[in-house]
Amino acid sequence: MSSTDLTRSATGVGGRTDSLVRYVFFACAALSVLTTVGIIVVLLEGSVEFFRTVSVIEFLTGTEWSPLIEPVSYGVLPLVWGTLVITVGSALIAIPIGTATAIYLSEYADPGVRSVVKPILEILAGVPTIVYGFFALSFITPQLQRFLPWEVGTFNAAAGAIVVGIMIIPMVSSLSEDAMHAVPDELREGAYGLGATRYEVSTDVVLPAAVSGILASYVLALSRAIGETMAVTLAAGMAAQFTTSPFEPIQTMTAYMVQIGISDVSVGSIGYQSLFAVGLTLFVMTLSMNLASMWIRSRYREEYR
Amino acid sequence: MSTTDPFADVSDLDRKRTIGRVFVGLCIASTMVGIVALVTLLADVIYESWGWLSVDFLTYPPSRFPENYLPGGRGAGIYPALVGSVFLIALTALFTVFLGVGAAVYLEEYAPDTRLTSLIEANIANLAGVPSIVYGLLGLAVFVRFVGMGQSLLAGALTLTLLILPIVIVAAQEALRAVPDSQREAAYGVGATKWEVIRDVVLPAALPGIMTGTILSLSRAIGETAPILMVGAATSMFVAPDSLLGPFAAMPMQIFDWARLPQAEFQHVAAAGIVVLLTVLLAMNALAIYIRYRFETDLS
Repeated sequence: MSSTDLTRSATGVGGRTDSLVRYVFFACAALSVLTTVGIIVVLLEGSVEFFRTVSVIEFLTGTEWSPLIEPVSYGVLPLVWGTLVITVGSALIAIPIGTATAIYLSEYADPGVRSVVKPILEILAGVPTIVYGFFALSFITPQLQRFLPWEVGTFNAAAGAIVVGIMIIPMVSSLSEDAMHAVPDELREGAYGLGATRYEVSTDVVLPAAVSGILASYVLALSRAIGETMAVTLAAGMAAQFTTSPFEPIQTMTAYMVQIGISDVSVGSIGYQSLFAVGLTLFVMTLSMNLASMWIRSRYREEYR
Repeated sequence: MSTTDPFADVSDLDRKRTIGRVFVGLCIASTMVGIVALVTLLADVIYESWGWLSVDFLTYPPSRFPENYLPGGRGAGIYPALVGSVFLIALTALFTVFLGVGAAVYLEEYAPDTRLTSLIEANIANLAGVPSIVYGLLGLAVFVRFVGMGQSLLAGALTLTLLILPIVIVAAQEALRAVPDSQREAAYGVGATKWEVIRDVVLPAALPGIMTGTILSLSRAIGETAPILMVGAATSMFVAPDSLLGPFAAMPMQIFDWARLPQAEFQHVAAAGIVVLLTVLLAMNALAIYIRYRFETDLS
């Protein structure tokens, strides 16, 4: 409040309840900071234990991930590769489709169509990821096996990338559309006045003007794909390997964590500790992408008034 | 006389029109991809579950033998996981409403414009982007091990609470922001203290918005598998969970367990489980929409 505060609480009339409530509310807000601290401490603590046995160099550069089967080996790269395959594959699907959807909804669709299509796409984002995993197993993989001339495994990277791609389409389309919607009509009208077609206005005026919001939505969607767990576990399998074939099983970092989570690994064992080292790697990757997304939005934002 | 004819470029205009039409076609086709994917997904789940879903499925515990799930079989289903999910969400709702609204009230009504406040806000935005499985690790290390709750219902609910808290806070903040200042000032004018203003004016006015946001977040929590998997949700419980510190089952975890079994019949059982889960989700969303339309008063 900028003016002189004449409320009773400010003049000390409010009594003890008022100041007590304030502290209770502050504690609730502070809990969110505590959560972040908790995540970082938990991941670091578990990782430190892990790196007593395995060197950081071996972990980050090793190309063999075999933590439970002798001879044990802890090179995280195959898991990172698996995550990368899913992320890039899903981006190839979600970025073009999501962007084109956003252009259609923002520039072409009439308000009636828009008000129907937007909520439908948002349902896609609300479907639990376990359902996408089931969809991959029961529909996508059988279709790939039926229509593709190549050998397609029951668990394969392609099915994982496809479902994750479908899952993140609404993220790209919704955030990009918001960005395009924020472009003022004067810019469009100016271009029409110069004789531009609707296509030219969309691609040469609106897209560049909204580029920061659009790029930020891409990065955010990729970060979501990196952290996606159940769908890729069910669809892409649990075989940590380097493979360039999208029809073979792989294992992502998240799928490895699930594998340990459902097995009877005892607390304090190296398998249990590896959970936190992989978790830390995942956390660092998604956090840096989320920060990058925020940075892009603030760095390249055009202010329109 | 050969001045440049401004309309000589007609062929170019035709070309542009064609490009434009192709472009719109591609955009519409892309929009259809999302819609078709959703319809296919739902149709696939319903098709796979056809004939496997019965009332018995809701009232019997799971079984190792797929034939027990069929109508006329000995009876098998999702009962313990259904009850577990309901308990899990009820507890999570209890915690998130209190913590989420508290944090939002602090940020909207009390927080001074300081660096600490903007740090808290940036932190909440970042927490919303942390993968859910990482929250599972947090729950595992803090609630299950450090506090010593074990692989319990309470540990699962607390983990889900931390997971959806950032979304609830942001939703509650928006609801509070929608209450016009004139209402606050009127209350101050008749001598209310800050707490009285919040309790008697701001919160009642913002309640429908807060409820809607909370229910939508809870519907996200009920479908989450990864966090409760890390916390140790049971995969084969034959009785409904009955204590805060006892083991618990939950629908998504049970579905995961069925989906990865090798026998083909269990795919149908998993699909039946998904239909139940999606029905609960749909009911929660419908409730949220109902509250939004029924109680939303025009504040301006």
